[in-house]
Amino acid sequence: MNAILQLNQLIRQFGEAWAVKGISFEIGEGEIFSLLGPNGAGKTTTISMLSTLLAPTKGDATIGGYSITKRPNEVRKIIGIVPQEIALYDELTAQENLNFWGQLYGLSGSQLKTRVSEALEHIGLADKAKQRVSTFSGGMKRRVNIAAGLLHRPRVLFMDEPTVGVDPQSRRAILDMVKNLNKQGMTVLYTTHYMEEAEELSNRIGIMDHGELIAIGTRNELIRQIEQSEILQLQFGEDVNTTPIAQAIRQMKDVKRVDTTDRAILVMVPNAAVMIAPVVAKVSETGARIKALEVKEPNLEAVFLNLTGRALRD
Amino acid sequence: MNIFFAIALKDLKLAFRDRAALVLMLLAPFLLTLGMGFVTGRFSGKSSGISQISVVIVNKDSGQIADALVNVFSSDEVKTLVAPINMTNEQAARDLVGANKVAAVVIIPNGFSASILSAQETSPNPPKIEVYANPLAPTGTGVVESIVQEFLSRVETLQTSGFVIMTTLMQDGLVKPQDAAAFSQEMGQRLANAASQSAITLNHETPAAAAQEFDVLAYLAPGMALLFLMYTVTRGASQILAERENATLSRMMAAPASTAAILGGKVAGVFLTGSAQVGILTLGCAVIFGVRWGNPLGVMALVLACAAAATGWGLVVLAFAKSREQMGTVGSALMMLFAILSNSFGQGIPLPPFLKTLGKLTPNYWGLDGFTRLAQGQSMATILPSVFALVLMALALFAISSIGFRKFSRA
Repeated sequence: MNAILQLNQLIRQFGEAWAVKGISFEIGEGEIFSLLGPNGAGKTTTISMLSTLLAPTKGDATIGGYSITKRPNEVRKIIGIVPQEIALYDELTAQENLNFWGQLYGLSGSQLKTRVSEALEHIGLADKAKQRVSTFSGGMKRRVNIAAGLLHRPRVLFMDEPTVGVDPQSRRAILDMVKNLNKQGMTVLYTTHYMEEAEELSNRIGIMDHGELIAIGTRNELIRQIEQSEILQLQFGEDVNTTPIAQAIRQMKDVKRVDTTDRAILVMVPNAAVMIAPVVAKVSETGARIKALEVKEPNLEAVFLNLTGRALRD
Repeated sequence: MNIFFAIALKDLKLAFRDRAALVLMLLAPFLLTLGMGFVTGRFSGKSSGISQISVVIVNKDSGQIADALVNVFSSDEVKTLVAPINMTNEQAARDLVGANKVAAVVIIPNGFSASILSAQETSPNPPKIEVYANPLAPTGTGVVESIVQEFLSRVETLQTSGFVIMTTLMQDGLVKPQDAAAFSQEMGQRLANAASQSAITLNHETPAAAAQEFDVLAYLAPGMALLFLMYTVTRGASQILAERENATLSRMMAAPASTAAILGGKVAGVFLTGSAQVGILTLGCAVIFGVRWGNPLGVMALVLACAAAATGWGLVVLAFAKSREQMGTVGSALMMLFAILSNSFGQGIPLPPFLKTLGKLTPNYWGLDGFTRLAQGQSMATILPSVFALVLMALALFAISSIGFRKFSRA
């Protein structure tokens, strides 16, 4: 597969802080590539550099053969952006918003009209074209936000956490839309901190943490790194302090990684069936009561835990 | 260019869809103009504008200069503007102001003429003309103040020239010291005559204009429009900060367009909105209040020039403000300050000379100057200095604001 996007030691500093610490990877044409990582991992900064909004401190990237530092205007012509924020005008209708964003990409006349109509059909809001965006639900706004990035039919689409804050139905619609766009040949760079989305959508996944790309590969390739591991998820009530319990479990033999999330402790072990009883006993020693216990199949969350020692939080 | 216009038109549309903004852009200036029109008697049927302002003149001086001022108030040039009443009882005259019967009393103190004519013997406390103003008639008082100021300014100029001439003649031996008193008397007479002639220059530009009565709303309406124009431009400029906050600006910056086209479009949007606002108010006042603005081309030129200069101020505030809140505060302060410095409320309060000079840095001053000239029936040529000053102001402010505009570029 031909690489349409190539990052070469891309670095971005804000003063003394390193937001992106020299990442390199390639995305093939027609691929859906997800950047998975917690908030603050550097995903949005990476997309901002690739979309020419932020200049890299060092390094470069090419999109469609054009350098983002030397030919930014050529890059802008072939990319589409769906920002994390709803970048629309509330007091304009859905149609007026799309007309405006289409004009910004050089569309006009009948071509603009056709593309806007198609986009509204595509996102299922043709019947609400003349309604002001301020009257829309969060999910509907998200869909218009996506449509605004597609009007000029970009070769590469950057989608920065497009499902944040939407209801399950709208999330489903957005994920299906991404798949459809990809079927039509569009290359998608998708950032998310939702493991399930990355797993469902992506041909390949890059895991980012603290500005670094810590793993890259297909879902199966990534999970293969931890195929000898399973995750025990222990759920506690609101009155339980999970920190000393996690500390106690961490001391146990054969426990690989332990981290706490919201009212839960994740324990990475080589064999869950063998480790359940001793872990439960250890928790009982602390006086805490387990509310629920679940054995999880190896997944991207486990990969992240394995690589960083931390859970993939929001 | 397409992007430039797309952004400008989008901003114009958004401004006119913002109901809160519309209240301040259009409704507030209309209502204030209406209210001030009632206060000045514009709608009372007694008067169709600033005319027949009752003023009492108490002349306690018997000199030539004092007489000249009295003559100015009854001259043909101001006969439609003021209705002077001569009285000798100062207290009775002041009581008329207290009873809201007259707009002002002009009190010419004893010895006023002599103090002018013998200026070489400078007194530490020369007698001064007093204008006892009626606070309930600010516009009328302002007109009386202007007449007196114009007269005194003319007297001062002539007095200085007369003193220089007299000194030169005496030094050259052409006037003997013993003849100096008689010569001064003669010069005083001439000075008084000169001062009383054309002291007020209203309606002097064209013969046709002389017959046109000045409408108070032709002063108040642009005053209010320009006051709220400052609101519109600071609001419009602050939308650039709003767009940065809600990511629409970065989405625009990700499009294949130059930063200049994008920011230029935003600036054009502010300018168009300001022009539309003043244009609508001007048209509305003509249709609803029957204000005769004068030459339409001149009015259009002034509307555009005022909007350009005000946009310049809005951009300067934007360039150096750190937040929208700060912009709102500075914008409101400038709006009021500019209105006061330019006498937009027709408040008639004489400003110190340095504040008057400062007022010339405001779009309101030049806009009001131009609009009132046109409304008085003066020609297009007479508003060219105002238009030129406004355009120059706009260009200078655009240049200054461009320094601070770097913060909106792609980083």
